[in-house]
Amino acid sequence: MVSTLLVTGDGALSYDAGSVTLPRTVAQEGAASKAADLQGSFSLADVSVAYGRDRVIEGVSMYVPPRSVTALIGPSGCGKSTLLRCLNRMNDELGNVHVGGTITLDGADIMGRAMDPVELRMRVGQVFQRPNPFPMTIWDNVAYGPRTQGIRKRSELDELVEESLKGAALWAEVKNNLKKHAFELSGGQQQRLCIARALATKPEVILMDEPASALDPISTQQIEDTIAQLKDSVTIVIVTHNMQQAARISDQTAFMLRESLDEPAHLVEMDETRKMFTNPDDARTESYITGRFG
Amino acid sequence: MTTPPTHSGRRLGRTTTRRAAEAVVRAIIYLCGWMAIIILAAIAVFLMWNSFRAVNEAGLFTMLSGTAWYPTSSPGKFGMLPLIVGSLFVTGVALAVCVPVGVAAAVFISEFSGRLVKEVMKSIIEFMAAVPSVVYGLIGVAVLIPFVKDAFSLTSGMTAVTGGIVLGIMSIPTVISISEDALHAVPEELRQGSAALGNTRWQTTFKVTLPAASSGIFAAVMLGLGRAIGETMAVLMLTGNAAVMPASVFESVRTMTGTIAAEMGEVVQGGLHYSVLFAVGLVLFTITFGINLVADLVLERQRKRWRR
Repeated sequence: MVSTLLVTGDGALSYDAGSVTLPRTVAQEGAASKAADLQGSFSLADVSVAYGRDRVIEGVSMYVPPRSVTALIGPSGCGKSTLLRCLNRMNDELGNVHVGGTITLDGADIMGRAMDPVELRMRVGQVFQRPNPFPMTIWDNVAYGPRTQGIRKRSELDELVEESLKGAALWAEVKNNLKKHAFELSGGQQQRLCIARALATKPEVILMDEPASALDPISTQQIEDTIAQLKDSVTIVIVTHNMQQAARISDQTAFMLRESLDEPAHLVEMDETRKMFTNPDDARTESYITGRFG
Repeated sequence: MTTPPTHSGRRLGRTTTRRAAEAVVRAIIYLCGWMAIIILAAIAVFLMWNSFRAVNEAGLFTMLSGTAWYPTSSPGKFGMLPLIVGSLFVTGVALAVCVPVGVAAAVFISEFSGRLVKEVMKSIIEFMAAVPSVVYGLIGVAVLIPFVKDAFSLTSGMTAVTGGIVLGIMSIPTVISISEDALHAVPEELRQGSAALGNTRWQTTFKVTLPAASSGIFAAVMLGLGRAIGETMAVLMLTGNAAVMPASVFESVRTMTGTIAAEMGEVVQGGLHYSVLFAVGLVLFTITFGINLVADLVLERQRKRWRR
């Protein structure tokens, strides 16, 4: 699906990372040159979110480079998941949520009227905290998204299912049982099925909201391996509570914090993961990462 | 009057009266629990006992397959088939009315309405279920009978369709509330997952939510059907009560329930006709029992599925 071309001569909204005050990232500079042929980069400028009157996030600006893993970390209730849901407009589903600022995907404003949230979600997939396979067979689960996109040909769907299951490192385990009900899989397998399901629509980005927090260590390891494989072909933004996980799998890390309940959360610091975990600029980042609070 | 301490010493304060009281309470609760089953079994036995003479003298198969219902001629003819077909026709029309409307309303309430609308609708539907059936019958007599007569240019508006439409309306609350429960029980994560794959609300509802709730909705339909087939007063007022084999739903019919209610007052206690009416009741009881049993089994299967 060709996507970004849909946005026309709306110059003000086109991709221009330089005009936005972004946290300094090394990855950004490298990525900018490749941005032409790579898709799946997000630019956030002064993003704020309010649930009714309750402002939960304010002033978040960041750049998510394409084909990489970006981790969002921070204590509970700091708005990581809320920010994640802004990226595919799942906040729209909750109602009474107001999102301010600008978010662009490959230069196209995703919050404007020109962007259909339903179309956006075909480009920006999501994997949820708890595995949520649909009550149908493995094959039907994976083919669900492509069918929504209008693909009807059986051979084409078969191909997509295989490709997606391979992408999610589940193919070897289920290739002989594609007609099995998804609920018969283990929790870890179900979660990889959900990743495969998200991959099947050929998204540019996959959002993951603590995808391994409900899983055992071995399944977690498998999910992390899958993520490492995927980042060559898709941008991944992952929310995690597990600091080691962020350190292991991500290329850049953003640390968010809500300093008190009276004020909204904000982005403290975002940088290359290695730098964030060894030599962060902000003292609060260091305290959080070393486990002094949170 | 304390009992001697037991080896653990924990029961020091428990008196024998208290222990006896507990045993009594337990027995009462136990009995109440079994009461439902006892009553149900008693009804079945009672019906069978009273229809024994009919089965013996008229023959079960002859009654079930006979098409002539002339209970007062001599000798009386007790072919129940017109009554059974009458009930099925009326119930079929009722289902055609209550299933689409009921399921659609449940989908609206569960998937598309706001919280306020939801609450208001739910209480109105409960109120709808509380209206006595004779009132529905009255409205049917005043409004629907002339309407059906004109709309289908019939000689009489008292037909299976008339009764079925009113029965369908009466069954709608049952279908709505149980379907709504089934839709509500579908985990929110599934809807979110579907939305995140680029599906609209409608697509999510049709492709994920409704299939996931299908067994619950099936149970709702079955219970609505049970309600429709057992209803008496409204059909008695609306279907014309002609105990002959109907050729279509646009003819007058007599249902099983209507027959029992209309004829029971005029029979000789203990007579053959009396016994035959009990046999009709037994057939009706068997049908509704079967329907409810199937609905329960299906619901239980759904529950197990989500527990995983």
